[in-house]
Amino acid sequence: MTNSSQDNVPLLEVDRLSVDYGLKGVSSRAIDRVSFALRAGEAVGLVGESGSGKTTTAMAIASLLSPNARVNEGEVRYRGKRLPIDDDAAMRPHRWSETSVVFQGAMNALNPVHRILKQIAEPCMLKLGMSRGEATARARELLELVGIPADRGSAYPHELSGGMRQRVMIAMALACRPSIVIGDEPTTALDVITQAQILKLLGELRSRLNLALILITHDLSVVAEACDRVMIMYAGRIVEDGTVADIFAQPKHPYTRLLIDSIPNPASGKRIIRPIPGDPPNLMNRPSGCAFHPRCPSAMAVCVTEVPSFDECGQGRVACHLHRSSQEDKVAVHA
Amino acid sequence: MPDTADILRLESMQVHFPIQGGLFDRVLGRPAGAVRAVDGIDLNIGRGEIVALVGESGSGKTTVGRVITKLAQPTGGRLLFEGEDMTSVRGSSALRPYRHRVQMIFQDAYQALNPRHTVFDVVAEPLRSLRLVDNASQLADRVSEALAAAGLNPPGDFFARFPHELSGGQRQRVVIAGALAVRPELIVADEPVSMLDVSIRAQILQVLVDLRDKHNMALLFITHDLPLAWSIADRIAVLYLGKLVEIGSADEITFNPRHPYTVALRNATPQIGGNADRGKLPALQGEVPSAARVPRGCRFHPRCPLAFDRCREEEPPAIEVGPQHLSACWRSEC
Repeated sequence: MTNSSQDNVPLLEVDRLSVDYGLKGVSSRAIDRVSFALRAGEAVGLVGESGSGKTTTAMAIASLLSPNARVNEGEVRYRGKRLPIDDDAAMRPHRWSETSVVFQGAMNALNPVHRILKQIAEPCMLKLGMSRGEATARARELLELVGIPADRGSAYPHELSGGMRQRVMIAMALACRPSIVIGDEPTTALDVITQAQILKLLGELRSRLNLALILITHDLSVVAEACDRVMIMYAGRIVEDGTVADIFAQPKHPYTRLLIDSIPNPASGKRIIRPIPGDPPNLMNRPSGCAFHPRCPSAMAVCVTEVPSFDECGQGRVACHLHRSSQEDKVAVHA
Repeated sequence: MPDTADILRLESMQVHFPIQGGLFDRVLGRPAGAVRAVDGIDLNIGRGEIVALVGESGSGKTTVGRVITKLAQPTGGRLLFEGEDMTSVRGSSALRPYRHRVQMIFQDAYQALNPRHTVFDVVAEPLRSLRLVDNASQLADRVSEALAAAGLNPPGDFFARFPHELSGGQRQRVVIAGALAVRPELIVADEPVSMLDVSIRAQILQVLVDLRDKHNMALLFITHDLPLAWSIADRIAVLYLGKLVEIGSADEITFNPRHPYTVALRNATPQIGGNADRGKLPALQGEVPSAARVPRGCRFHPRCPLAFDRCREEEPPAIEVGPQHLSACWRSEC
C-alpha cells in the first residue's frame, strides 16, 4: 500500500492481487490488481454485481479459492507478514484462527446429520486442541454469544429457522477467536426483519470482540447500515473506495452513482429509478480501457483506450478518467 | 368506485393445506391440523393498476399468486375475474380463456426456462397451446412483438438462442416475454427481480411499468422489499401469516404506516442515508410463527410491541384509517 497514513501496520493488506480462473484451457481474470488495507475492528463492505470479483477477492484472502483458480500476481499480508494463500497446507494455521468466513447458504454449509453444538465444538477441538468437554463448554458459550440459548445446541440444523442457522454459522466462524470475519452475503437469503437482527448481532460482536469485518454484498443499503467503509467493484477491479458517508453523499465514479440511483429509496422521494443501461461485462471478453465505458453515460474517448489508474481522490480512491482530469485541471489552475 | 372497475377480486380467500397426521395420530383419532397459508384475504386489483403484495417468507404471498393464476385451489372464499366467479372453474380446456388473460412471471428465470428450448420456442409456446395464431408468420410476429416489449432488441437476434447463452437479465426478460406474448390483462409477478443484479432490476421494472402505461395491463407484484414495492406500485398490501394486515396507497403505506407490523418492516429495511424513522418502536424479536399454529386473537400479537389484552383474545377487523387505507389493528381504532 502506498497510502498507509496510519503509523501502525494494518491488520490486512491486499497488494495488487490478481486471480485467474482456468476453464477449458482458457483463463479469464476474475480480479485484477486489487489493493486495499483493513485495520483492526474496521467494517468494510465489498459491493459489486455477480462476476465483479467480490467473492474471489474475499476467498483469496481466506485462501478458499476453487482448484481452478490461480493467484497470478500480488500478495496478501496479515499483520505485515505475507500469507501463503496459494499453499493450502501452509495456510491451515491461519484459516479460521485468524480469518474466518460466514457463508451465504447456512442450510448448505451446516451438516444436516450432526447436532449444532457438535458442529460448533469441532473447530475448537481441531484448531485449539481442546478436549471434547472443553470444546462443548466453548460451543455453549458461543451459542449464547450469538443469541441462541445454549440448550438449543441439541437441535439439528433442519429444526432451526433461517435466522437461527445463520447465527450458528456466525458462532462457528467465531469459534477460534479470529480477528477478521468475512461475511459472504450473510443476510441475502434472509427476510428483512431477520436480516436486521443478524446485522445488529454482527455489529455488536464487532465492537465487543474488536473484529474486522469484510461484508460481501450486492446490496448497497446493507453496507450503508453495517459498514464504515465501502469498496465498489466492477469487472474485477475496485473502482471506488471511501467512507460510507462520503460515497453515499458524493459518489465519484459514475458506476457508483448509477448504482445508488438504481436502488429505490423512499427517503429520497425519487420514485422513478434510473436503470443502468446494458449488461454486466463478460469476463472472457472484457471491454478495453475502463471496463465500465460501454455502459457509462460520461464515457470519453480516453475511457475506451486507457485503463484508469486507481488514484487517491479526497478521502478515498477512485479509478475514473473524469476524476483524474479534474485533478490535473485543479493542478493546472493552481500552477 | 364500482366493482366493475376491478379486473380481479379476492373475497375471503382461504387456502388451507391439510397436515397428514401419522398412523398413530389417526388410530388415536387425533384431529389433523392444517397449514393456514392464506387465511381470509379480501383484495381487489383495478384495470391497469399495479398492486404490490409485500410479506416475509411464509406469509402466503406466493400462494395468493398461485390462487389467482389457478395453480392452487382455494379451500374457501371466491375469486372473481371481471365479476365472473372463477373459484371452481377447473381443467385446462375450461381455463383456457382465463389463462389467456392472466399470466404469471416466476422468480427464478433459470428454472422457469427449459434449457433445451430456444427463446423462440419459449415465447411461442403459450401462443401455440392457447391457439392464438393461425400461421407461422403470425406466430413470428407475435413472438417479435413480445420480445421487443420485454426489451430484447432486435428480437430476431434472440430467436435461436438457448437460455444458457443469455445473461440473467436477458433470461428474466424472456420469461416476461413469454407471459406477454398472449397479451394478458393481468400479470402476477412473483419476486421477478429478486434474483437479478441491482443494475438490471431497474430495467426490468421499467418494462413492467411500460406495459401498464401502454397496454393498461394490471400487475400484482409480489415482493418482500418495501422500498421496491413503493417504487413500482400504486397500492401496497402487507401480508402477515396469511392475512392482510394493512393496505393503502404506496405513499401512505411507506410514509404513514399504521399497523405495527408494517412499521416494523419499514424500520428493519436498510436504507441509504439511514432510516430516519427508526427508534419509534422497538425492533421486532423472534420470528414469524408457523402457519400450522396461528396464534389466537391478532396473529401478530406475540411479537407486537403494542399488544394489549384485546389483541390476545379477538382478531381485529380491517379498520379504515384514511382514504382507501385499511389497517387490521385494534390500535388503529383510537
